[in-house]
Amino acid sequence: MNMTILRTGPLTVLKDRGRPGHAYQGVAPSGAVDRSAYARANALVGNPPGAAALECTLGGLRVSFDGPAVLVLTGTDAVLDVQGTRAGVEEVVTVPAGATVSVTMPRRGLRSYLAVRGGFAVLPVLGSRSTDRIGGIGPDRPGPGDVLPVGTEAGPPAAREEIRSPDGPLAVDLGPRDDWFTDAAVATLLSAEFTVTPASDSVGLRLDGPELARARTDELPSEGVVRGSIQVPPNGKPIIFQADHPVTGGYPVIAVLTPPAADRAAQLRPGATVRFTRG
Amino acid sequence: MRFLSCGREAVLVEVDDLDAALSLYAGLRAAALPGVVDLVPAARTVLIRLDPAQTSPAAVRAATATIELTAAEDRVAGTVEIPVSYDGPDLADVAEHLGVGPAEVIARHTGTPWTVAFAGFSPGFGYLTGGDPGLNVPRRASPRTRIPAGSVALAGQYSGVYPHDSPGGWQLIGRTEERMWDLGRPEPALLVPGTHVIFKAVGR
Repeated sequence: MNMTILRTGPLTVLKDRGRPGHAYQGVAPSGAVDRSAYARANALVGNPPGAAALECTLGGLRVSFDGPAVLVLTGTDAVLDVQGTRAGVEEVVTVPAGATVSVTMPRRGLRSYLAVRGGFAVLPVLGSRSTDRIGGIGPDRPGPGDVLPVGTEAGPPAAREEIRSPDGPLAVDLGPRDDWFTDAAVATLLSAEFTVTPASDSVGLRLDGPELARARTDELPSEGVVRGSIQVPPNGKPIIFQADHPVTGGYPVIAVLTPPAADRAAQLRPGATVRFTRG
Repeated sequence: MRFLSCGREAVLVEVDDLDAALSLYAGLRAAALPGVVDLVPAARTVLIRLDPAQTSPAAVRAATATIELTAAEDRVAGTVEIPVSYDGPDLADVAEHLGVGPAEVIARHTGTPWTVAFAGFSPGFGYLTGGDPGLNVPRRASPRTRIPAGSVALAGQYSGVYPHDSPGGWQLIGRTEERMWDLGRPEPALLVPGTHVIFKAVGR
């Protein structure tokens, strides 16, 4: 069975759990930006945990199937529109052969995950079907007319659970380089409000807010960074690294988001405000 | 060895210098600690990424503290010879900056074996160290928007070969036909940490 892309909206890419194990070759981890929403999408249609899904930024995606398909959309309050009939939020739908399915525009959240039972059977590169946009590894970004083969490997689907969308500050653990900053900067990080700027993408959320001053001005040799790292360049404006972050960073990381907080950050739109608290 | 907190899914280990970082990296690779999913060696650190479903930062710290550091002579990941046409657009500038002729730049670049310290910037880009100390040049004042794949370059104490067409600010002294990155190979990167690299001048 095949799924044909009719329209993609602003940005649609294939994602899975990413490409760990190749950092020593300069390969970024990549993978879904909101890992919990991605994992939930696969579970709800009975896919194995690492199956490929489409990560759809905002709405606008439209696809059709040449056979009956079981699918779900997670991550935002966008829903699947099956030829005029709208499903509920994160509701699994079964569509007949020939059906056209659209993703509506979310009012809350940024990245939705479309999983089809069986997963997308595109060729993995270095063990992953994720598109690494920065390193140019993995499947090309799908465009109108592209056909994605749907696989067959699937098991019993998970039960739908009530989605809790926590609000409040994002939890962080200080370090590895909080000692490169003044005490006042650390206090500011944990109390002030920051705004997500339009220069943000799946590499990093660039924040505006009070400047985080450094206690040390010497140059930090580049070192490995993780998803959720809050890196502070010389201008004092923090960047939260997301899934497509580079392998190493050249500026000190003051704190790292907890995994659930990093998933929440994945759904923040430009203009959103954030605060941080100790996890 | 100093352990730095790096969130719930990693441990950052800081050591004294690059040699110690390469030793720790080699030791961690050989140890293959359970639950460790990725290692990121760098100039003075090794980042250990872990799967929190299988292990914890505390367990990885404890296991890492017992790692036997691999001596330099035992951790060579192979030697690669890279033929280079030394006709890069910055060769003359580099020579002038160093106060020597282009032939001396080439002699210095080919005369001392380099070692891949770590990867970064892009897939297949290895930072080469340990070359002739008389090759220390600054980056270009304004980076180029497009550098062709295979460009052989210098910046600071490092040398490197651009694996892909990409922007960059290093000084270009030559080019090679060798492919730094090839997905057709089991290990696509030609230059991985610990590899010794010898540059060889070939006719223009």
